[in-house]
Amino acid sequence: MVEKALSTILLEGVFVKNFLLIQFLGLCSFVGVTKDVKSASGMSGAVVFVMAMAASVSYALYNFVLVPLKLEFLKTIAFIVVIAALVQLVEFIVRKHVPALYRSLGIYLPLITTNCAVLGAVLINVNNDYNFSQSVVFGIAAGIGYTIAMILMAAIREKSNIVNVPKAVGRGVTYAFFVATVMAMAFVSFFGVIPLE
Amino acid sequence: MNPLSEFIRGITKDNPTFGLVLGLCPTLAVTTSMENGIGMALGTMFVLVGSNMMVSAMRKQIPAAVRLPIEIIVIATFVTIVDMVMEAYTPELYEKLGIFIPLIVVNCIVIGRAEAYALKHGVFYSIIDALGEGTGFLLVLMLIGGIREFLGTGIIDPFGVTLIDASGIITPAQYMTLSPGAFLTIAVLMTIVNYRRQQKAAKGG
Repeated sequence: MVEKALSTILLEGVFVKNFLLIQFLGLCSFVGVTKDVKSASGMSGAVVFVMAMAASVSYALYNFVLVPLKLEFLKTIAFIVVIAALVQLVEFIVRKHVPALYRSLGIYLPLITTNCAVLGAVLINVNNDYNFSQSVVFGIAAGIGYTIAMILMAAIREKSNIVNVPKAVGRGVTYAFFVATVMAMAFVSFFGVIPLE
Repeated sequence: MNPLSEFIRGITKDNPTFGLVLGLCPTLAVTTSMENGIGMALGTMFVLVGSNMMVSAMRKQIPAAVRLPIEIIVIATFVTIVDMVMEAYTPELYEKLGIFIPLIVVNCIVIGRAEAYALKHGVFYSIIDALGEGTGFLLVLMLIGGIREFLGTGIIDPFGVTLIDASGIITPAQYMTLSPGAFLTIAVLMTIVNYRRQQKAAKGG
Protein backbone atom coordinates (compact mmCIF):
# COMPACT_ATOMS: atom_id res chain seq x y z
CA MET A 1 0.00 0.00 0.00
CA VAL A 2 1.22 3.48 -0.87
CA GLU A 3 1.99 5.64 2.11
CA LYS A 4 -0.76 8.24 2.39
CA ALA A 5 0.13 11.86 3.03
CA LEU A 6 -1.22 13.28 6.28
CA SER A 7 -3.08 16.00 4.40
CA THR A 8 -4.85 13.34 2.31
CA ILE A 9 -5.90 11.52 5.45
CA LEU A 10 -7.15 14.75 6.95
CA LEU A 11 -9.29 15.69 3.94
CA GLU A 12 -10.52 12.14 3.61
CA GLY A 13 -11.57 11.97 7.24
CA VAL A 14 -13.33 15.31 7.22
CA PHE A 15 -15.16 15.27 3.88
CA VAL A 16 -14.81 12.26 1.58
CA LYS A 17 -15.35 9.67 4.29
CA ASN A 18 -17.37 11.86 6.63
CA PHE A 19 -18.28 9.69 9.58
CA LEU A 20 -21.89 10.71 9.97
CA LEU A 21 -23.05 11.28 6.43
CA ILE A 22 -21.03 8.81 4.38
CA GLN A 23 -20.01 6.02 6.75
CA PHE A 24 -23.02 6.11 9.09
CA LEU A 25 -21.02 5.96 12.29
CA GLY A 26 -22.46 7.66 15.36
CA LEU A 27 -25.96 8.22 14.05
CA CYS A 28 -27.62 7.93 17.45
CA SER A 29 -26.07 11.19 18.57
CA PHE A 30 -26.58 12.69 15.10
CA VAL A 31 -30.35 12.47 15.40
CA GLY A 32 -30.49 12.57 19.21
CA VAL A 33 -28.36 15.52 20.27
CA THR A 34 -28.87 17.95 17.38
CA LYS A 35 -32.00 19.74 18.57
CA ASP A 36 -29.93 22.89 19.25
CA VAL A 37 -26.46 24.10 18.31
CA LYS A 38 -25.27 24.38 21.91
CA SER A 39 -25.61 20.73 22.82
CA ALA A 40 -24.43 19.63 19.37
CA SER A 41 -21.20 21.56 19.78
CA GLY A 42 -20.76 20.24 23.33
CA MET A 43 -21.11 16.67 22.13
CA SER A 44 -18.78 17.29 19.18
CA GLY A 45 -16.11 18.78 21.41
CA ALA A 46 -16.19 15.75 23.64
CA VAL A 47 -16.01 13.39 20.65
CA VAL A 48 -13.02 15.13 19.03
CA PHE A 49 -11.18 14.98 22.34
CA VAL A 50 -11.89 11.32 23.05
CA MET A 51 -11.27 10.28 19.44
CA ALA A 52 -7.80 11.81 19.34
CA MET A 53 -6.94 10.25 22.70
CA ALA A 54 -8.38 6.87 21.75
CA ALA A 55 -6.49 6.85 18.45
CA SER A 56 -3.13 7.32 20.15
CA VAL A 57 -3.75 5.01 23.11
CA SER A 58 -5.17 2.21 21.00
CA TYR A 59 -2.26 2.49 18.56
CA ALA A 60 0.16 1.87 21.41
CA LEU A 61 -1.98 -0.91 22.87
CA TYR A 62 -2.37 -2.73 19.55
CA ASN A 63 1.21 -2.49 18.34
CA PHE A 64 3.10 -2.86 21.60
CA VAL A 65 0.87 -5.27 23.51
CA LEU A 66 -1.57 -7.20 21.32
CA VAL A 67 0.66 -7.82 18.30
CA PRO A 68 3.74 -9.06 20.23
CA LEU A 69 1.52 -11.37 22.29
CA LYS A 70 -0.32 -12.58 19.13
CA LEU A 71 -3.64 -11.55 20.66
CA GLU A 72 -4.91 -9.53 17.68
CA PHE A 73 -8.25 -11.31 17.84
CA LEU A 74 -8.92 -9.63 21.18
CA LYS A 75 -8.80 -6.18 19.61
CA THR A 76 -12.53 -5.49 19.78
CA ILE A 77 -12.68 -6.28 23.50
CA ALA A 78 -9.44 -4.45 24.24
CA PHE A 79 -10.47 -1.30 22.39
CA ILE A 80 -13.90 -1.03 23.94
CA VAL A 81 -12.42 -1.39 27.41
CA VAL A 82 -9.79 1.24 26.58
CA ILE A 83 -12.41 3.65 25.30
CA ALA A 84 -14.61 3.14 28.34
CA ALA A 85 -11.68 3.69 30.68
CA LEU A 86 -10.54 6.71 28.70
CA VAL A 87 -13.95 8.31 28.85
CA GLN A 88 -14.01 7.84 32.63
CA LEU A 89 -10.54 9.30 32.94
CA VAL A 90 -11.36 12.30 30.78
CA GLU A 91 -14.46 12.84 32.85
CA PHE A 92 -12.48 12.86 36.12
CA ILE A 93 -9.80 15.19 34.78
CA VAL A 94 -12.19 17.64 33.21
CA ARG A 95 -14.38 17.71 36.32
CA LYS A 96 -11.39 18.38 38.58
CA HIS A 97 -9.50 20.93 36.54
CA VAL A 98 -11.90 22.60 34.10
CA PRO A 99 -15.26 22.70 35.88
CA ALA A 100 -16.70 25.15 33.35
CA LEU A 101 -16.00 22.75 30.49
CA TYR A 102 -17.34 19.89 32.59
CA ARG A 103 -20.65 21.65 33.05
CA SER A 104 -21.04 22.05 29.29
CA LEU A 105 -19.69 18.62 28.24
CA GLY A 106 -20.63 16.70 31.37
CA ILE A 107 -23.68 14.75 30.34
CA TYR A 108 -22.29 13.92 26.90
CA LEU A 109 -19.11 12.25 28.06
CA PRO A 110 -20.65 8.97 29.27
CA LEU A 111 -22.63 8.75 26.02
CA ILE A 112 -19.43 8.55 24.03
CA THR A 113 -18.53 5.07 25.26
CA THR A 114 -21.33 3.58 23.22
CA ASN A 115 -20.84 5.99 20.33
CA CYS A 116 -19.76 3.79 17.46
CA ALA A 117 -17.85 6.67 15.85
CA VAL A 118 -15.00 6.38 18.35
CA LEU A 119 -14.64 2.61 18.13
CA GLY A 120 -15.10 2.90 14.36
CA ALA A 121 -12.22 5.37 14.02
CA VAL A 122 -9.95 3.14 16.07
CA LEU A 123 -10.83 0.04 14.06
CA ILE A 124 -10.35 1.84 10.74
CA ASN A 125 -6.89 2.90 11.91
CA VAL A 126 -5.94 -0.69 12.68
CA ASN A 127 -7.47 -2.11 9.50
CA ASN A 128 -5.56 0.39 7.35
CA ASP A 129 -2.25 -0.22 9.15
CA TYR A 130 -1.83 3.48 9.82
CA ASN A 131 1.33 4.48 11.67
CA PHE A 132 1.20 6.58 14.82
CA SER A 133 0.96 10.05 13.27
CA GLN A 134 -1.49 8.84 10.62
CA SER A 135 -3.69 7.30 13.32
CA VAL A 136 -3.78 10.47 15.37
CA VAL A 137 -4.44 12.66 12.32
CA PHE A 138 -7.24 10.35 11.21
CA GLY A 139 -8.74 10.45 14.69
CA ILE A 140 -8.74 14.23 14.71
CA ALA A 141 -9.99 14.45 11.11
CA ALA A 142 -12.87 12.10 11.84
CA GLY A 143 -13.70 14.24 14.85
CA ILE A 144 -13.70 17.43 12.79
CA GLY A 145 -15.88 15.83 10.13
CA TYR A 146 -18.26 14.72 12.87
CA THR A 147 -18.33 18.25 14.31
CA ILE A 148 -19.08 19.84 10.93
CA ALA A 149 -21.98 17.51 10.25
CA MET A 150 -23.37 17.83 13.80
CA ILE A 151 -23.30 21.62 13.83
CA LEU A 152 -24.73 21.95 10.30
CA MET A 153 -27.53 19.59 11.26
CA ALA A 154 -28.27 21.39 14.52
CA ALA A 155 -28.23 24.77 12.81
CA ILE A 156 -30.63 23.60 10.12
CA ARG A 157 -32.97 22.12 12.72
CA GLU A 158 -32.86 25.27 14.83
CA LYS A 159 -33.48 27.60 11.91
CA SER A 160 -36.28 25.51 10.47
CA ASN A 161 -38.13 25.31 13.76
CA ILE A 162 -41.00 27.44 12.53
CA VAL A 163 -41.37 25.67 9.17
CA ASN A 164 -44.60 23.78 8.69
CA VAL A 165 -44.08 20.02 8.41
CA PRO A 166 -46.66 17.23 8.06
CA LYS A 167 -47.72 15.76 11.38
CA ALA A 168 -46.47 12.31 10.42
CA VAL A 169 -42.95 13.72 9.94
CA GLY A 170 -42.96 15.79 13.11
CA ARG A 171 -39.90 17.40 14.66
CA GLY A 172 -38.01 14.35 15.83
CA VAL A 173 -35.95 11.59 14.29
CA THR A 174 -37.93 11.38 11.04
CA TYR A 175 -37.43 15.05 10.31
CA ALA A 176 -33.72 14.71 11.08
CA PHE A 177 -33.43 11.91 8.53
CA PHE A 178 -35.03 14.02 5.81
CA VAL A 179 -32.56 16.82 6.54
CA ALA A 180 -29.73 14.25 6.56
CA THR A 181 -30.77 13.06 3.09
CA VAL A 182 -30.17 16.49 1.63
CA MET A 183 -26.93 16.93 3.56
CA ALA A 184 -25.66 13.53 2.43
CA MET A 185 -26.36 14.47 -1.20
CA ALA A 186 -24.03 17.42 -0.78
CA PHE A 187 -21.35 15.32 0.86
CA VAL A 188 -21.51 12.58 -1.79
CA SER A 189 -20.30 15.24 -4.23
CA PHE A 190 -16.97 15.20 -2.42
CA PHE A 191 -16.32 11.75 -3.93
CA GLY A 192 -13.60 12.05 -6.50
CA VAL A 193 -11.98 15.07 -4.90
CA ILE A 194 -9.42 12.58 -3.66
CA PRO A 195 -8.95 9.36 -5.63
CA LEU A 196 -9.97 6.63 -3.18
CA GLU A 197 -7.30 3.97 -2.60
CA MET B 1 -46.87 -12.88 29.97
CA ASN B 2 -46.62 -15.63 27.39
CA PRO B 3 -43.65 -16.47 25.16
CA LEU B 4 -45.45 -15.84 21.88
CA SER B 5 -46.57 -12.32 22.74
CA GLU B 6 -43.10 -11.49 24.05
CA PHE B 7 -41.67 -12.67 20.72
CA ILE B 8 -44.15 -10.67 18.64
CA ARG B 9 -43.59 -7.55 20.75
CA GLY B 10 -40.01 -7.42 19.45
CA ILE B 11 -41.24 -7.31 15.87
CA THR B 12 -44.08 -4.82 16.27
CA LYS B 13 -44.32 -2.51 19.28
CA ASP B 14 -40.69 -2.69 20.42
CA ASN B 15 -39.24 -3.03 16.94
CA PRO B 16 -35.55 -2.01 17.22
CA THR B 17 -35.64 0.51 14.40
CA PHE B 18 -39.16 1.92 14.33
CA GLY B 19 -40.23 1.38 17.93
CA LEU B 20 -37.13 1.86 20.03
CA VAL B 21 -35.10 3.80 17.40
CA LEU B 22 -31.91 1.97 18.40
CA GLY B 23 -29.03 0.63 16.35
CA LEU B 24 -29.38 3.01 13.47
CA CYS B 25 -25.79 2.89 12.23
CA PRO B 26 -25.79 -0.70 10.94
CA THR B 27 -29.39 -0.30 9.76
CA LEU B 28 -28.28 2.32 7.28
CA ALA B 29 -24.68 1.42 6.62
CA VAL B 30 -24.88 -2.21 5.54
CA THR B 31 -28.23 -2.18 3.74
CA THR B 32 -26.86 -1.51 0.27
CA SER B 33 -28.31 -4.90 -0.64
CA MET B 34 -30.69 -7.43 0.89
CA GLU B 35 -27.90 -9.99 1.25
CA ASN B 36 -25.77 -7.69 3.42
CA GLY B 37 -28.79 -6.81 5.52
CA ILE B 38 -29.56 -10.47 6.21
CA GLY B 39 -25.94 -11.25 7.08
CA MET B 40 -25.71 -8.31 9.46
CA ALA B 41 -29.05 -9.08 11.12
CA LEU B 42 -28.16 -12.74 11.69
CA GLY B 43 -24.85 -11.74 13.26
CA THR B 44 -26.60 -9.25 15.52
CA MET B 45 -29.27 -11.79 16.44
CA PHE B 46 -26.65 -14.31 17.55
CA VAL B 47 -24.97 -11.69 19.73
CA LEU B 48 -28.33 -10.59 21.14
CA VAL B 49 -29.35 -14.12 22.11
CA GLY B 50 -25.94 -14.89 23.57
CA SER B 51 -25.63 -11.70 25.59
CA ASN B 52 -29.23 -11.72 26.82
CA MET B 53 -28.81 -15.34 27.93
CA MET B 54 -25.52 -14.74 29.76
CA VAL B 55 -26.54 -11.48 31.39
CA SER B 56 -29.85 -12.91 32.52
CA ALA B 57 -28.17 -16.02 33.92
CA MET B 58 -25.72 -13.90 35.91
CA ARG B 59 -28.15 -11.14 36.86
CA LYS B 60 -28.24 -12.07 40.56
CA GLN B 61 -24.42 -12.05 40.80
CA ILE B 62 -23.74 -8.81 38.91
CA PRO B 63 -23.26 -5.86 41.30
CA ALA B 64 -25.32 -2.89 40.11
CA ALA B 65 -22.37 -0.51 40.11
CA VAL B 66 -20.31 -2.42 37.56
CA ARG B 67 -23.08 -3.91 35.45
CA LEU B 68 -22.28 -1.87 32.33
CA PRO B 69 -18.64 -2.97 32.02
CA ILE B 70 -19.71 -6.56 32.60
CA GLU B 71 -22.40 -6.34 29.95
CA ILE B 72 -19.96 -4.82 27.48
CA ILE B 73 -17.42 -7.58 28.07
CA VAL B 74 -20.06 -10.30 27.63
CA ILE B 75 -21.23 -8.65 24.40
CA ALA B 76 -17.69 -8.13 23.10
CA THR B 77 -16.98 -11.83 23.65
CA PHE B 78 -19.93 -12.89 21.52
CA VAL B 79 -19.06 -10.31 18.87
CA THR B 80 -15.55 -11.71 18.66
CA ILE B 81 -17.05 -15.17 18.09
CA VAL B 82 -19.27 -13.86 15.28
CA ASP B 83 -16.34 -11.94 13.82
CA MET B 84 -14.12 -15.01 13.65
CA VAL B 85 -16.84 -17.37 12.40
CA MET B 86 -17.89 -15.02 9.62
CA GLU B 87 -14.31 -14.38 8.58
CA ALA B 88 -13.74 -18.12 8.30
CA TYR B 89 -16.95 -19.30 6.64
CA THR B 90 -18.39 -16.34 4.72
CA PRO B 91 -15.32 -14.31 3.73
CA GLU B 92 -17.10 -12.39 0.94
CA LEU B 93 -19.88 -11.19 3.21
CA TYR B 94 -17.35 -10.42 5.91
CA GLU B 95 -15.44 -8.26 3.45
CA LYS B 96 -18.58 -6.28 2.58
CA LEU B 97 -19.80 -5.74 6.14
CA GLY B 98 -16.31 -4.61 7.11
CA ILE B 99 -15.97 -2.87 10.43
CA PHE B 100 -19.67 -3.11 11.17
CA ILE B 101 -19.24 -6.64 12.51
CA PRO B 102 -16.91 -5.58 15.36
CA LEU B 103 -19.12 -2.53 15.80
CA ILE B 104 -22.00 -4.76 16.95
CA VAL B 105 -20.33 -4.25 20.35
CA VAL B 106 -21.59 -0.70 20.51
CA ASN B 107 -24.91 -1.42 18.84
CA CYS B 108 -27.39 0.13 21.21
CA ILE B 109 -29.95 -2.65 20.65
CA VAL B 110 -27.74 -5.28 22.22
CA ILE B 111 -26.76 -3.32 25.31
CA GLY B 112 -30.23 -1.79 25.49
CA ARG B 113 -31.91 -5.19 25.71
CA ALA B 114 -29.34 -6.49 28.21
CA GLU B 115 -29.97 -3.45 30.37
CA ALA B 116 -33.72 -3.10 29.96
CA TYR B 117 -34.79 -6.73 29.77
CA ALA B 118 -32.21 -9.39 30.61
CA LEU B 119 -31.33 -7.84 33.98
CA LYS B 120 -34.94 -8.14 35.11
CA HIS B 121 -36.19 -11.39 33.57
CA GLY B 122 -35.34 -15.08 33.58
CA VAL B 123 -33.17 -16.86 31.04
CA PHE B 124 -36.04 -18.31 28.99
CA TYR B 125 -37.87 -15.04 28.51
CA SER B 126 -34.62 -13.20 27.84
CA ILE B 127 -33.87 -15.59 24.98
CA ILE B 128 -37.38 -15.15 23.60
CA ASP B 129 -37.01 -11.38 23.83
CA ALA B 130 -33.66 -11.54 22.03
CA LEU B 131 -35.14 -13.71 19.28
CA GLY B 132 -38.07 -11.31 18.87
CA GLU B 133 -35.87 -8.23 18.70
CA GLY B 134 -33.48 -10.04 16.38
CA THR B 135 -36.30 -11.02 14.05
CA GLY B 136 -37.65 -7.48 14.08
CA PHE B 137 -34.19 -6.21 13.17
CA LEU B 138 -33.87 -8.84 10.44
CA LEU B 139 -37.19 -7.85 8.85
CA VAL B 140 -36.32 -4.14 8.88
CA LEU B 141 -32.89 -4.75 7.38
CA MET B 142 -34.36 -6.99 4.69
CA LEU B 143 -36.95 -4.35 3.86
CA ILE B 144 -34.52 -1.44 3.68
CA GLY B 145 -31.91 -3.54 1.88
CA GLY B 146 -34.51 -4.78 -0.57
CA ILE B 147 -35.82 -1.29 -1.36
CA ARG B 148 -32.36 0.14 -1.85
CA GLU B 149 -31.11 -2.78 -3.91
CA PHE B 150 -34.21 -2.73 -6.10
CA LEU B 151 -34.17 1.00 -6.78
CA GLY B 152 -30.40 1.18 -6.98
CA THR B 153 -29.66 -1.79 -9.23
CA GLY B 154 -33.03 -3.07 -10.44
CA ILE B 155 -32.28 -6.63 -9.31
CA ILE B 156 -32.79 -8.27 -5.92
CA ASP B 157 -30.63 -11.37 -5.73
CA PRO B 158 -29.66 -12.31 -2.18
CA PHE B 159 -27.19 -15.21 -2.05
CA GLY B 160 -27.38 -15.79 -5.79
CA VAL B 161 -31.16 -16.38 -5.83
CA THR B 162 -32.81 -13.84 -8.11
CA LEU B 163 -36.07 -12.74 -6.48
CA ILE B 164 -36.97 -9.84 -8.75
CA ASP B 165 -35.29 -8.82 -11.97
CA ALA B 166 -36.54 -5.52 -13.35
CA SER B 167 -33.25 -4.24 -14.66
CA GLY B 168 -34.70 -3.79 -18.14
CA ILE B 169 -37.84 -2.04 -16.92
CA ILE B 170 -36.61 0.56 -14.45
CA THR B 171 -33.56 2.76 -14.74
CA PRO B 172 -31.40 2.08 -11.68
CA ALA B 173 -30.79 5.15 -9.54
CA GLN B 174 -27.30 4.65 -8.18
CA TYR B 175 -28.00 7.29 -5.54
CA MET B 176 -30.11 4.76 -3.65
CA THR B 177 -27.10 2.56 -2.88
CA LEU B 178 -25.09 5.58 -1.74
CA SER B 179 -25.63 7.29 1.58
CA PRO B 180 -28.43 9.72 0.64
CA GLY B 181 -30.54 6.76 -0.47
CA ALA B 182 -30.20 5.20 2.96
CA PHE B 183 -31.33 8.34 4.75
CA LEU B 184 -34.20 8.85 2.32
CA THR B 185 -35.43 5.25 2.63
CA ILE B 186 -35.52 5.27 6.41
CA ALA B 187 -37.07 8.75 6.51
CA VAL B 188 -39.90 7.69 4.22
CA LEU B 189 -40.45 4.40 6.08
CA MET B 190 -40.55 6.20 9.42
CA THR B 191 -43.06 8.68 8.08
CA ILE B 192 -45.30 5.83 6.99
CA VAL B 193 -45.00 4.13 10.39
CA ASN B 194 -45.72 7.41 12.21
CA TYR B 195 -48.72 8.05 10.01
CA ARG B 196 -50.17 4.60 10.72
CA ARG B 197 -49.57 5.06 14.46
CA GLN B 198 -51.25 8.44 14.52
CA GLN B 199 -54.24 7.09 12.62
CA LYS B 200 -54.52 4.20 15.05
CA ALA B 201 -54.22 6.56 18.03
CA ALA B 202 -56.87 8.85 16.57
CA LYS B 203 -59.25 5.91 16.14
CA GLY B 204 -58.55 4.55 19.62
CA GLY B 205 -58.75 7.89 21.39
